[in-house]
Amino acid sequence: MTATPTRTGGAGRPPQAARRPAAAGRTPTARRSLRRAVPLVPAVVLLALFMLGPVIWSVYGSFTNASLSGTAASSPRFVGLDNYLALITDPDFPNALWLTVVFLLLSAVIGQNFLGLGLALLTAAAPRAVRSIVATTVVTAWVLPEIVAAFACYAFFSSDGTLNRMLAAVNAEPVDWLFTYPMAAVILANIWRGTAFSMMIYEAALNDVAPEITEAAVIDGAGGWKRLIYVTIPMIRNSISTNLMLITLQTLSVFTLIFVMTSGGPNQRSTTLPIFAYAEAFGLGKVGYGTAIATVMLLIGAVFSILYIRVLKPGDNS
Amino acid sequence: MRKSVLWAAPAIPFLVLAASGCAPAGNDTEGGDKSITVAYQTTATYTQVDKLMKKAKEDFEEANPGSTVELEPIQAEENDYATKLALMQRSPDTAPDVFYEDSFRVRPDAEAGYLLALDEYLAEWEDWDSSFIDSAKQAGLGADGKTYAVPMGTDTRALWYNTEVFEEAGLDVPWEPKTWDDILSAAGKIKAAIPDAVPFNIYSGTGMGEAASMQGFEMLLYGTEDTLYDTEEGKWVVGSQGFRDSLQFISDVYVGGLGPEVATALDSNYYQQLNGEGYPTNKVGASIDGSWIAGTWLETGPAPWPEWSEVMAVAPMPTQNGQEPGATSMSGGWTLAVGANTKNPDMAFDFISTALNKDNTLSFNKDASQVPVRSDVAEDPSFTESSPVSKFFSDLVEVTHYRPTTSDYPEISGSIQQAMEAVMTGEQSVEEAADAYDDAVRNLVGDDNVIEK
Repeated sequence: MTATPTRTGGAGRPPQAARRPAAAGRTPTARRSLRRAVPLVPAVVLLALFMLGPVIWSVYGSFTNASLSGTAASSPRFVGLDNYLALITDPDFPNALWLTVVFLLLSAVIGQNFLGLGLALLTAAAPRAVRSIVATTVVTAWVLPEIVAAFACYAFFSSDGTLNRMLAAVNAEPVDWLFTYPMAAVILANIWRGTAFSMMIYEAALNDVAPEITEAAVIDGAGGWKRLIYVTIPMIRNSISTNLMLITLQTLSVFTLIFVMTSGGPNQRSTTLPIFAYAEAFGLGKVGYGTAIATVMLLIGAVFSILYIRVLKPGDNS
Repeated sequence: MRKSVLWAAPAIPFLVLAASGCAPAGNDTEGGDKSITVAYQTTATYTQVDKLMKKAKEDFEEANPGSTVELEPIQAEENDYATKLALMQRSPDTAPDVFYEDSFRVRPDAEAGYLLALDEYLAEWEDWDSSFIDSAKQAGLGADGKTYAVPMGTDTRALWYNTEVFEEAGLDVPWEPKTWDDILSAAGKIKAAIPDAVPFNIYSGTGMGEAASMQGFEMLLYGTEDTLYDTEEGKWVVGSQGFRDSLQFISDVYVGGLGPEVATALDSNYYQQLNGEGYPTNKVGASIDGSWIAGTWLETGPAPWPEWSEVMAVAPMPTQNGQEPGATSMSGGWTLAVGANTKNPDMAFDFISTALNKDNTLSFNKDASQVPVRSDVAEDPSFTESSPVSKFFSDLVEVTHYRPTTSDYPEISGSIQQAMEAVMTGEQSVEEAADAYDDAVRNLVGDDNVIEK
């Protein structure tokens, strides 16, 4: 089986060709790639079942008037694009969309990403003890279950919470953070919780930067900033792209943290799209409308993913 | 040979998963056995239903050896309970056989096909004809005229106030407010005299769910010249002055500093803080609340406060300007219903008839300070003596109102809460919030189903 080292393009053949036994007998490479694909089948089936299935179901649901109760619950009707048209004219939608983008940019793209990179760079040069202390502290927030992390943040920011006690200790005026600055509170909470992920990705990436190259740059007279911008960052570009994509998608779907801390309030001032979808689908029982919002979230995630892939071109190591 | 086994190995977890996923979810749904599940709400301050269900389970299992009642208490506030229940009802595998259901959800849930029509069972239940008050039976009616739920009790709402706080503020006790302005001026005096107390509470905002719509907004609106729904035309009212005046009252209380801190009031756990801690420590002046809150302070309740009957007093909620009939109230109430897909409908109904027999209803109505819907309970001396306020709340039935019984109501109620929240936080003016509500109603029910007032 292993005696055919030449690639004849069989891998790119449509799978139908491989299914015919006669054809398979004439093209051993097709058979081989088929056999190589077999171990992937369970994973593909699982993904199709548990990822693609709900996505298709959600897209389908968004074209119906399905609801939690009433006649539309027993026999949902196909309503075409009605949910999307209603969404466009819903005055709450631009608000939720805007807050989602703000949450995404400030807490993930700027907060988690830069803080993670900064911590990774600083600890790389730090003594071992400092490194392990910082890593433990940061990772603690990451390993907490989301609901526990959310309660911790609620306790920290709430009106008689830790932060206000600390402010009172220095005679500063207490602020009702969750009420007055709900977005700032949830953004900080998400940075606190998610930075460890970026830090670990960048630590691993920095370990892969060959020391000879950095040394060569030093010999050429490049300072710290120049080394970072011209040597390190281009070399870890793949990791940056992967990291950005992952944290964007994670942050886009953050629900528990916001729901526990502010429930999207007061008066929808921290209602991001997941909270908005929940409130419509389960609070008001409009399941079809809620899935339309979920579908829009899916599109936003896709747009960001494509953006990262295009701009940062991961996998292109030339 | 070895190779082929190896490449199949990654499939094993999947096969195991598939096998376990396809297995029947539980044995209790198989025919022949005798088991039902009962779902109901319980919270830190609302344990009375839990007590009733435990007692009913005991009674039922004793009377029917071999049968099992599985209790599924759902620990959640009202909104989350309703959502959880609706999600359980969506699939026959998870739908409980018997559940605790708010009367305003009976009609939409019956339309959704979640509820079993009980008429043939009720026909054979003697108590239904002999003891249940006719007007109360409407709580269980579906749009098709069939009965889908058995009422457990009803309730009325009024003003509660702390006489010690009132006396400290130099206000007359007993308090007899005749108009909304009387309430606001009393609150103003409390604020001036006791700065760290909450002068007056009215539930408001989305966090409080249906309590904000009913104990809050509708207690105001139904004391004006307007209503939410025009029953004769069968249309929802938009653009009414009463709606704007009611929002203005919310604004006067919250923006005017006569209510609790807005952030506190928006917390869905505020109910507990208000009644469990606020009143007993003389930190609350007055509030609009239901007959049942006395249940919080009873010996059997979650926050016993033996002195409550001397400290706390009640007054009817006045109409806006004292117009006839001078007072107003809202009534709701909860029911027990049977799931449409139950495997044991007979047993499910038998359980309800046990849970809501005279003795169990009596002790539930006493524990939860409910207004009885069974005449034998209402006349029972142990009920009338159980609480100094039971007669007061029963008498309010004369001026009470019921929520619109259309299936759109839950969503409209959500829009009312949003309008209240927008006004109480000062984010929108009364006019803006009322217009936003009108738009929301038009969107929900269509232009043909609204009437401009």
